[in-house]
Amino acid sequence: MSAPASHFRFVSSDRRVREDRRFVVGKGRFAADIVMPGTRHVSLLTSPYPAARIVGIDKSAALALPGVHYVLDGRELAAATAPLVAGLDTPNVPRRPLAVDVARYAGEWVAAVVADTRALAEDAAELVTVDYEPLPFVLDGEEAYAPGSPRVHEAHGSNVLLDRTFVWGEVEKDFAESRHRLAFKVRWGRSSTVPIETFGVLASWDPWREILDVFASIQMPRFPDQVALALKLPGSAVRVHNDVDVGGSYGVKRGIKHAVLASFLSRRLGFPIRLMEDRLENMRGGDAHGPERNFDVEVAFDDAGVIRAMKMRALDNVGAYAGRSPFQLGKPISAIVGPYRIQSVQYQAIAVTSNKTTQEAVRAFGQSPTNFAIERAIEEVAWHRGLDRLEVRRRNLIKAEQFPYLIPSGTTYDSGDYDAVIDKVLAQADYTGLKAERDRLRGEGLLAGIGIAACLEPSGANSTFELLLNPKNETTTYTESCRITVDVSGAVTANIHTVSAGQGHETLVGTVVGEVLGIDPDRIRVVRPDTLSSLPSQSPVGSRMAIMLGGAAFHAAQKLKARLVAIGAHDLGIPEERASYENGNVSDRAAPQNKRSFMELVTIAHRYFHRLPPGTEPNLAFSHVIQVPMGGKLPTPDGRVQIYPCFSFEFHLLLISIDPDLGKPEIRRYVIGHDCGTVINPKIVRGMTMGGIAHGIGAALFEEFAYNPEGQLVAQSFMDYLLPSAHEVPEVEIVHHVTPSPHTVFGQKGSGESGYLGAPAAITSAINDAIRPLGIAVNSVPIKLAQLGDMIAAARGKP
Amino acid sequence: MPMRVELNVNGASHAVEVEPRMSLLDCLRERLFLNGAHAGCEHGVCGACTVLIDGAPMRSCLMFAVQADGYAITTIEGLSPGPGELSPVQDAFCETHGMQCGYCTPAMILAAHALLAGNPAPTRAEIVEAISGNICRCTGYAQIVEAIALAAERMRGVNRPEGADASAQAGQA
Repeated sequence: MSAPASHFRFVSSDRRVREDRRFVVGKGRFAADIVMPGTRHVSLLTSPYPAARIVGIDKSAALALPGVHYVLDGRELAAATAPLVAGLDTPNVPRRPLAVDVARYAGEWVAAVVADTRALAEDAAELVTVDYEPLPFVLDGEEAYAPGSPRVHEAHGSNVLLDRTFVWGEVEKDFAESRHRLAFKVRWGRSSTVPIETFGVLASWDPWREILDVFASIQMPRFPDQVALALKLPGSAVRVHNDVDVGGSYGVKRGIKHAVLASFLSRRLGFPIRLMEDRLENMRGGDAHGPERNFDVEVAFDDAGVIRAMKMRALDNVGAYAGRSPFQLGKPISAIVGPYRIQSVQYQAIAVTSNKTTQEAVRAFGQSPTNFAIERAIEEVAWHRGLDRLEVRRRNLIKAEQFPYLIPSGTTYDSGDYDAVIDKVLAQADYTGLKAERDRLRGEGLLAGIGIAACLEPSGANSTFELLLNPKNETTTYTESCRITVDVSGAVTANIHTVSAGQGHETLVGTVVGEVLGIDPDRIRVVRPDTLSSLPSQSPVGSRMAIMLGGAAFHAAQKLKARLVAIGAHDLGIPEERASYENGNVSDRAAPQNKRSFMELVTIAHRYFHRLPPGTEPNLAFSHVIQVPMGGKLPTPDGRVQIYPCFSFEFHLLLISIDPDLGKPEIRRYVIGHDCGTVINPKIVRGMTMGGIAHGIGAALFEEFAYNPEGQLVAQSFMDYLLPSAHEVPEVEIVHHVTPSPHTVFGQKGSGESGYLGAPAAITSAINDAIRPLGIAVNSVPIKLAQLGDMIAAARGKP
Repeated sequence: MPMRVELNVNGASHAVEVEPRMSLLDCLRERLFLNGAHAGCEHGVCGACTVLIDGAPMRSCLMFAVQADGYAITTIEGLSPGPGELSPVQDAFCETHGMQCGYCTPAMILAAHALLAGNPAPTRAEIVEAISGNICRCTGYAQIVEAIALAAERMRGVNRPEGADASAQAGQA
């Protein structure tokens, strides 16, 4: 179904993004731009060992340097603060901003030095001497899982944070009754989103007002709440400022340990404290790495390649501390069968600690690796049966008439027409011509392959997966909010209660409120009050803001509209049902010449109490707090629950060539079909899709936080950790399709993750199509140039 | 020991005393309060700190403030024609939404200005080359490349008599 967009006035129109005007003139307000008089600066002393006992810290030389104010160690901080909130029930894996007695990864923060300038603080950090006693360490996830491995947290008794097996449906029976089965391994290497702005925070404690002001480049649910808990302050003593622009996040800008550290220092020392990571701190000790996941997948299928059942074991190496990252094994449960009709699933989710940097949420929150594994399953089945990869996908896809579609793990997919999207992509790409082009390239002596990947983007973010993995957690509420006021002059202001990292939330809310009220969105001011003046927000995670913030803004605007209608009807002396609302004005349907203008209605609301309907509150101020659609239920005992409400679909198709002597892949054509329901702003959706693909190209071909056998992170700069430049990202053609969601106000779904969800699988598919004629294949990312070149050379019998 | 330097920034002269080790980036941000240049990697790869030195894009994180004495420095704050106004390149970035978080944007725009100053009709490959030293993590570059092409097209069309060169008409934008 393609919904006509024409019944919208502003939604779906190609309007400019209002945030852009401040950025193009360099007037963004990033964390490092905010200045407070008397601010001192922090540098961090880090552990040189992957595991070591901290025997002693000598601060005297550093403290003797003029301009140095303090050297804080982990013991002092731990004595005064609570551990950071962990997602799982793992009380013996405490996580704190500074290591306490034991350092658990190379680069972990051991002490913080405060000085007048950042440069001076770095000088002083070099004068702090720490006496370490190196300890045994473990880096590999499977080794960490095995009994007898060195334990990262001795008191926890093992490295296993999570090991739960779910069985949804008659898995063993389905395996027994299937003619074919296939088992294989897939690996997703450790990378991350690595925003160009590192994490930064400015914290200032006022001991007379007893309030902590925090300006931070965050993207995190419950941030103010967690800062208050760690510092043992009431929530009303922590004021986080939402009007800070965040220079990219894509999940990782949590910075909770940074914020707690800076806030503690400000309380301890009595002046504002700034902590801006440098790039090394960001990549090594900033606790912002992404999933590092090993999959063991087994599928049962018939002669035609139709998969009936799947067993998946996913082991994630989450690094030294727990945090929230193990939940990245939980969100994929919401789309554990991808877009396919797999009837039964066994899923074992394992999270282990190791002596590597701590993981944090990364774009799609664990779904991208899992989607990669599912897409590899489809391709392995096709290869095993000698079938066409596209045809096998078609045979397994959920069909348009099957929606709403309940998957084995308890989530119902809302809507979709996957075949229609694929048809559009094939037409755009001229699939027959694309295959001919691949064959022509092969004829020229190149390796060439076509890559195919489908992916589902769960959107609307619910946290129900937390309940599946931590039975002590009963939180089923997951909200977003908006408040709209109209002042006495008739100006409309919408309040949103979160920071943004480039997602265009001000544009989103302006558009939605304008659509409901029939007012030009550019006339609607959108502001971000601080958290003490805000309603609940869970921040822009899980592709949720079009759905949740858009939904909250819609309902708040509807309440405002209803009040204007009530005032107008009362003033016109007609029943409300007879009143008609258009562009802010209210008229009598039976006699349209009888009307009240928007300004008259606003004046009555603010100034003419005698003309208000009896019992009506003066003023025009309306709030809405929205609960996630389809949410609010606890899981069943066998682990089934609706997780996210909406499911976008994307289909990636590309052509790649590889010079066999160099092993360097070149993307020659890239077409993506995209269905995120009703598009609210086409420029934003296109940008998100393109950016996600670029991020996926990085994860597939270039980016890895690799460690050497001594436990040192070897990617310590942008010369080792390679981000795609404009040279590495090809032109991408986007084909849109619109299948509205029945659960959202305009039929919108999420769109922030699709490129990243599909690109790694699509690129791997293309590389395998290119190299399978040599008898080789890859099932792991990143596929680095040197590795691919060596594989090809070995297969061709050349050194 | 602090050194005194005269920095010519956006056409105005600023006398500042700085430590010799202070980067031009830190000096612009902390001493002159020009916050449009951003720190990304501070080792010369990401390009977020780009400013124009005598019209050429340079990494202000890799240059000491004391080295910049005597050069004409242009920062993003120097491009806007007036309060509330945008240069053609800045406006084109808004038209195509050639950004998301906005952190790399000032540097991208300065790189684009430098390109278009010497090449009014760049090819796609030339645009890609010109911004290849500036990493954007948000956009995948497509709408940035489009913005620069659009700006070039519009700037070529400025002050041309109607019908003078159909292919370079601003109206086509």
